Amino acid sequence: MDYSIKIGGEAGQGIQTVGDTLSRVFARSGYHVFTHQDYESRVRGGHNFYQVRVSDRRVSASRSKIDILVAFDTESIELHAAELSDQGQIIYDSATLKGKHAGPQFLDIPFRALAVEHGGSSIMANTVATGAILGMLGMEMDLLLHIIRKTFHKKGEEIIGQNTSAAMAGFDVAVKQCLKCSFSASERTEPKMLIAGVDAVGLGAVASGCKFYAAYPMTPSTGIMNYLAGKEKEFGIVVEQAEDEIAAINMTLGASFAGVRAMTASSGGGFALMVEGLSLAGITETPIVIGLAQRPGPATGLPTRTEQGELQFLISAGHGEFPRVIFAPGDPEQAVHLTHRAFDLAEKYQIPACIVFDQYLGDTQWTYREIDLKKLVNIDYRLRADALKDVAVYKRYAYAENGISPLAVPGDSKHLVVADSDEHDEEGHIIEDAETRNRMVLKRLYQKIPQIRQEINPPLRYGAEVPDVVLIGWGSTYGIMREAVDVLSATRAVALLHFSELWPFPGVDAFDYISFLKNAGKTICIEQNATGQFARLMKAETGFEISSGVYRFDGRPFTVEALLGEIHACLG
Amino acid sequence: MPVLDDYKGQSPAWCPGCGNFSILKTFKDAVVDLGIEPHQLMVVSGIGQAAKFPHYIKCNTFNGLHGRALPVATGIRLANHHLIVAAVAGDGDCYGEGGNHLMHAMRRNVNVKLFVHNNQVYGLTKGQASPTTSEGTVTKNQPLGVFSEQLNPMALAVALDCSFVARGFSGDQVHLKSLIKGAFNHKGFSLVDILQPCVSFNKVNTYEWYRQRVYHMEADYEPTDRVKAFARALEWGERIPLGIIYRNSRPAFEERFPMLQESALVRQCLDLSKLSGILKEFY
Repeated sequence: MDYSIKIGGEAGQGIQTVGDTLSRVFARSGYHVFTHQDYESRVRGGHNFYQVRVSDRRVSASRSKIDILVAFDTESIELHAAELSDQGQIIYDSATLKGKHAGPQFLDIPFRALAVEHGGSSIMANTVATGAILGMLGMEMDLLLHIIRKTFHKKGEEIIGQNTSAAMAGFDVAVKQCLKCSFSASERTEPKMLIAGVDAVGLGAVASGCKFYAAYPMTPSTGIMNYLAGKEKEFGIVVEQAEDEIAAINMTLGASFAGVRAMTASSGGGFALMVEGLSLAGITETPIVIGLAQRPGPATGLPTRTEQGELQFLISAGHGEFPRVIFAPGDPEQAVHLTHRAFDLAEKYQIPACIVFDQYLGDTQWTYREIDLKKLVNIDYRLRADALKDVAVYKRYAYAENGISPLAVPGDSKHLVVADSDEHDEEGHIIEDAETRNRMVLKRLYQKIPQIRQEINPPLRYGAEVPDVVLIGWGSTYGIMREAVDVLSATRAVALLHFSELWPFPGVDAFDYISFLKNAGKTICIEQNATGQFARLMKAETGFEISSGVYRFDGRPFTVEALLGEIHACLG
Repeated sequence: MPVLDDYKGQSPAWCPGCGNFSILKTFKDAVVDLGIEPHQLMVVSGIGQAAKFPHYIKCNTFNGLHGRALPVATGIRLANHHLIVAAVAGDGDCYGEGGNHLMHAMRRNVNVKLFVHNNQVYGLTKGQASPTTSEGTVTKNQPLGVFSEQLNPMALAVALDCSFVARGFSGDQVHLKSLIKGAFNHKGFSLVDILQPCVSFNKVNTYEWYRQRVYHMEADYEPTDRVKAFARALEWGERIPLGIIYRNSRPAFEERFPMLQESALVRQCLDLSKLSGILKEFY
């Protein structure tokens, strides 16, 4: 079983509700699910779609071919009919679309009429459609009915009953009328969890003991704020919507300076405003975590779409020189773990740590049997009241042997904590002399960097042990590259190198990936940007030049088929 | 009890005769009078001559970026509302670069005391016009005179319902001390605009200029009437009122967070037992 369902229509037609409900039913059935969304920067109208892939094998990307197209408007048929697989079906409501479509692939189901007849209101047309899709796939209705009950439990039995009848009506009609349907569902297994990348970053933050989050809303980073705001009371987290991103990062710095784990996030434009504050984190050695959810630029670009265009910017953002850590998770599970490591390393080395992802990873949902949070250990690196009792003399920027000065919580003892954006002495007071400047740069930068470098893991390897082709990528392209390797492995020795720990650039001690690459005949860098930012970074850091590049910058994610086409073109 | 010497910081790099000296001295006198220990106090600043203040006092301090003292102070208060937090800024720092933050700090009513050293000119960058420089003033960067209307911080603050709005004068330390103490005793965001000559770059608004114009508001002035306060805030020119112009008792921002009711955020640890249920919503 490996089916793709695309739900298309205008913003405001409930595409997301149908997509989310189906994905949940599939995940609870124990199937593997992958979803991605395509939407425009508008609240009503336009053309949007939600694509769900459901399989009994692990899936980590969308396919170009679709098996069921749910068309809520005529445009969806015009745009996506050609994507239909050989056994594919288009379901629509001819009364809503004001026209009938001829052909064996079309299945006209009166969503609205059935909703009125069985549910008592046309509002339930989407519930009818959801039931119909399950009917087409030959699935059972119990999990959908359970979700309906849970969703409407506050609205009472009448509403639950109406929605149940509407869903059943759609299901029954599809079972009776979809005579051309050749879909069959695999057996159900243990339920899986379904999680989007942006929620995974938020989850990682909560599990790291994040206590403070300040941000200004900006797509596609806003989901982190939504997630954390929902956890505010239960976990004692203060979430503040700042007046701008400059305030957001400065509030985050203030909270961290006062002794709590703190985070902010934005997209490229908002992060550009934070850059001054990033540099402040650098000189004051204040630990903070910054999320950067990329979208296509420059400036406003394509606000609801995806790109990996900010790697070079992020690595060099901020005036002056200071250490930082940059992680780029490839899937939600990595996002949880790398967000946790970002909090740990930020505090351990008193530096800014960044999680960079993009609209694609942020919005895509993946399934897992479970994400193990028990492995996440939180170490408190700050000096609090108890530890400060034994300190005779405290200096915030003391020349410690390893360059990492003691990080005390102000107000927890008689010791004073002094931080300064000017170059400063050990106590934190402003200086001008060259000797102190040199010693501070030595402490803050030179002494820390080799230690931080030791923390960075090598890239993840997948596929052939001795490949003749290696695909190279970073961040959100992980899933799609894995699927490409799986397909290509049938005919040749192909491997994947995925970099999720980008800065400091990983060394070769634990895994000599440079030799691995040199031994392959062909290396292909796959990036969602126009200039091959990672390929350039790799060359600058290691001297290794990747032989080919596949660069996509139209704001849309790769599908399995599209990426395979590009790779075949590279391989000649 | 703290004594003045506890607050002895580095020796100031301000110009001789600068109004900042008396503000610094008065500030220290006020916090000693209030019995605040240096480790209980946090002074946050941005950049400018006034913003060097944290180096000339001895307490917890965060000397951040130009215009950004208030968001840092807000973050500190939300993380630990047991710290007494003051922000010190100049007119360019706070009314120019950080104008947006000022507006929103007033809206939030975060319990931060803001002291603005208002000398109506940029000192650190040597003599350019600030938001409070009077219209028509000629400077090196404004050779045709300042075209923009002079900002009135008191009227702005009253308009935004800032919960404590006061004006002092660096040449009147006894009165200024009472305002600083009043700000510390107030629960909520407090703006104290302190008129202060710049002996190096402002040749118009001198000690003499201020002395001829400032007056203490009458003893029976009622600062809780917002409309009257606005009228008083508009007074400028021949007569400049000193004192608490406006005050209200809106709840402080920190009080509104239910999770800060029992203890400061900095005292709260992650409850690992709660974490076990966090994945439920994804199934």
